[in-house]
Amino acid sequence: MKKLNTVLNQNHKKLSIYFTAGFPELNDTSSIIKALEASHVDFIEVGLPYSDPLADGPTIQESSKKALENGFTTQLLFQQLHDLKNQCDVPLILMGYFNVILQFGVEKFCSQCQNIGIEAVIIPDLPLEIYEKDYRKIFEKHNIHPIFLITPQSSEKRIRQIDEISHSFIYMVSSASTTGGTKGFGDNELKYFDRISKMQLKSKLITGFGVKDNKTFEQAAANTDGCIIGSAYINFLKENKINQTAEFINQIRNY
Amino acid sequence: MKNLQYNSPDKNGFYGEFGGAFIPEMLYPNIKNLEENYLEIIESDEFREEYLQLLKDYVGRPTPLYFAKRLSEKYKANIYLKREDLCHTGAHKINNTVGQILLAKKLGKKRIIAETGAGQHGVATATVCALMNLDCIIYMGEIDMKRQAPNVARMRMLGAKIKPALSGSKTLKDATNEAIRDWINNPEDTYYLIGSVVGPHPYPDLVAKLQAIISQEVQEQLYEKTQKRNPDYVIACVGGGSNAAGIYYEFLNQPEVKIIAVEAAGKGIDTGQSAATSKLGTLGIIHGSKTLLMQTKDGQITEPYSISAGLDYPGIGPMHAHLLTSKRARFMSVTDDEAMSAGLLLSKTEGIIPAIESAHAFAVLEHLNFKKSDVVVINLSGRGDKDLESYINHFNL
Ligand SMILES: Cc1ncc(COP(=O)(O)O)c(C=O)c1O
Repeated sequence: MKKLNTVLNQNHKKLSIYFTAGFPELNDTSSIIKALEASHVDFIEVGLPYSDPLADGPTIQESSKKALENGFTTQLLFQQLHDLKNQCDVPLILMGYFNVILQFGVEKFCSQCQNIGIEAVIIPDLPLEIYEKDYRKIFEKHNIHPIFLITPQSSEKRIRQIDEISHSFIYMVSSASTTGGTKGFGDNELKYFDRISKMQLKSKLITGFGVKDNKTFEQAAANTDGCIIGSAYINFLKENKINQTAEFINQIRNY
Repeated sequence: MKNLQYNSPDKNGFYGEFGGAFIPEMLYPNIKNLEENYLEIIESDEFREEYLQLLKDYVGRPTPLYFAKRLSEKYKANIYLKREDLCHTGAHKINNTVGQILLAKKLGKKRIIAETGAGQHGVATATVCALMNLDCIIYMGEIDMKRQAPNVARMRMLGAKIKPALSGSKTLKDATNEAIRDWINNPEDTYYLIGSVVGPHPYPDLVAKLQAIISQEVQEQLYEKTQKRNPDYVIACVGGGSNAAGIYYEFLNQPEVKIIAVEAAGKGIDTGQSAATSKLGTLGIIHGSKTLLMQTKDGQITEPYSISAGLDYPGIGPMHAHLLTSKRARFMSVTDDEAMSAGLLLSKTEGIIPAIESAHAFAVLEHLNFKKSDVVVINLSGRGDKDLESYINHFNL
């Protein structure tokens, strides 16, 4: 697996795709990752389904529900990723709510990530303060680093604090919303992208939430290092086959 | 000396290992703002005056502490009922909504959102929003909307907009998720008025402090009647835990007072249809709080069951989780049938029809061995009007 920072340091606008593990079918994880890699996605966010995903809109909620009905478990995901380890080069990031990780065991979770070559995780409901106080030692022991979110409401002080502790990129939430907002970006969002990019942060900036097509990709990537797309890809998978993934990616990049 | 601070969290919002604010960054500014201001506001003279005035003139406080003579004879102890059922809107829930609505106004918020299960907290929220002329949006599971149609109508009459929660299992936990998602989407003008001692810090402490009026009154009323400020037992039902937190509050740091928490066993602890979190729950995170909750071994939150809609929350507040693990409180659970019988018994012996939630607290009287001199205070958290249909179906009335 390539290093996440190697990819982030490349000189083009990065495109990352989120998908919910266990959706549409329980064992689609490996074919989705292969299809995304073949479409030259820069890195991939693998979502651990959760019964109560607070920060997610309807699309990811439904895919999570389906994945759980399919019989998804955290252990199964690690097995799937382990089997895939030598066949894929694209960096993987895990995204999951903290309760799922807590029940699996924080230490065991970090060590299994490390085994596979995963370097970064996104845990939206594990705030900076609690991470530093209670969990940082365990994560660092296994060379795993969380990626933190910022929003248009985040204060400058908070953003600098998050920048300080970040090892790769900061996840810039595009607007005050849950995932899958479809409004498109207006003046407020564009000004916010611009404001943050002028802060000269040491971390890379990747924008997510509400990126769904070439237009929103271009807008959000203009002042940042790239974008993450989630709900739009999940919606694509509802209507199309996994092996058509390149069509989706090419349309985002306007190839 | 042993730390006896059971009723308040530490500076990070933890009761022992329970509590905290496990929230997505999108909620951080709002929670931080609340955390930095709530104590100063609710302890200010101006707030206290307004809050206490409304509790007196609008809610009808103090609620009586009633000596239940016939019940006392039956159970051979001195049993007092704290009559929260006589509060405006029929339950203790309004103590909290009156306080939080004043806080929301002080924080300059214009739009109020809340979750509700049975509809009691929804009605209490819609009521204070009408009183204060603020927009009110109530999230309620689609399934609960059907089960609790009269409360839906009440909320509508009071001017609230009801939004069905269509996600997950379409009940209280999902209504809570939807309210939190609404807050994420509306970070500037909106206040989330949570209904129990659950959710991220500082909510559990805020709600406990607003319900603490219950035990403050009990102390004075008991002194008047018995020349003792502390009872031997305090008993309350626990859903999320707000009525219990309220009646325990002043007694938690008095080690001689025995604290009894009563959960809903539903059809029985081991039937898979239960809400007894203290028996079935494990450590985890629900709605931003680290506490005990009912979940699968993979950390998926499971759906609880109880005949009483107000007790089927899959967790308990962090204060209660701490009371359980530190053994400060004794947790008991009673089945649907036991609770219903206790409700009927209270009706026939004292002429008071309790909410089914509250009836759970009375059911444990069968299982406790009192001394004749024991003073027992039970929180009668709500009245039974809303539950008539359940009583009718259960007893073929
Ligand atoms: C009358 C009554 N008692 C108790 C409860 C349970 O809530 P809590 O445990 O927060 O007091 C409810 C909730 O709806 C209620 O209506």
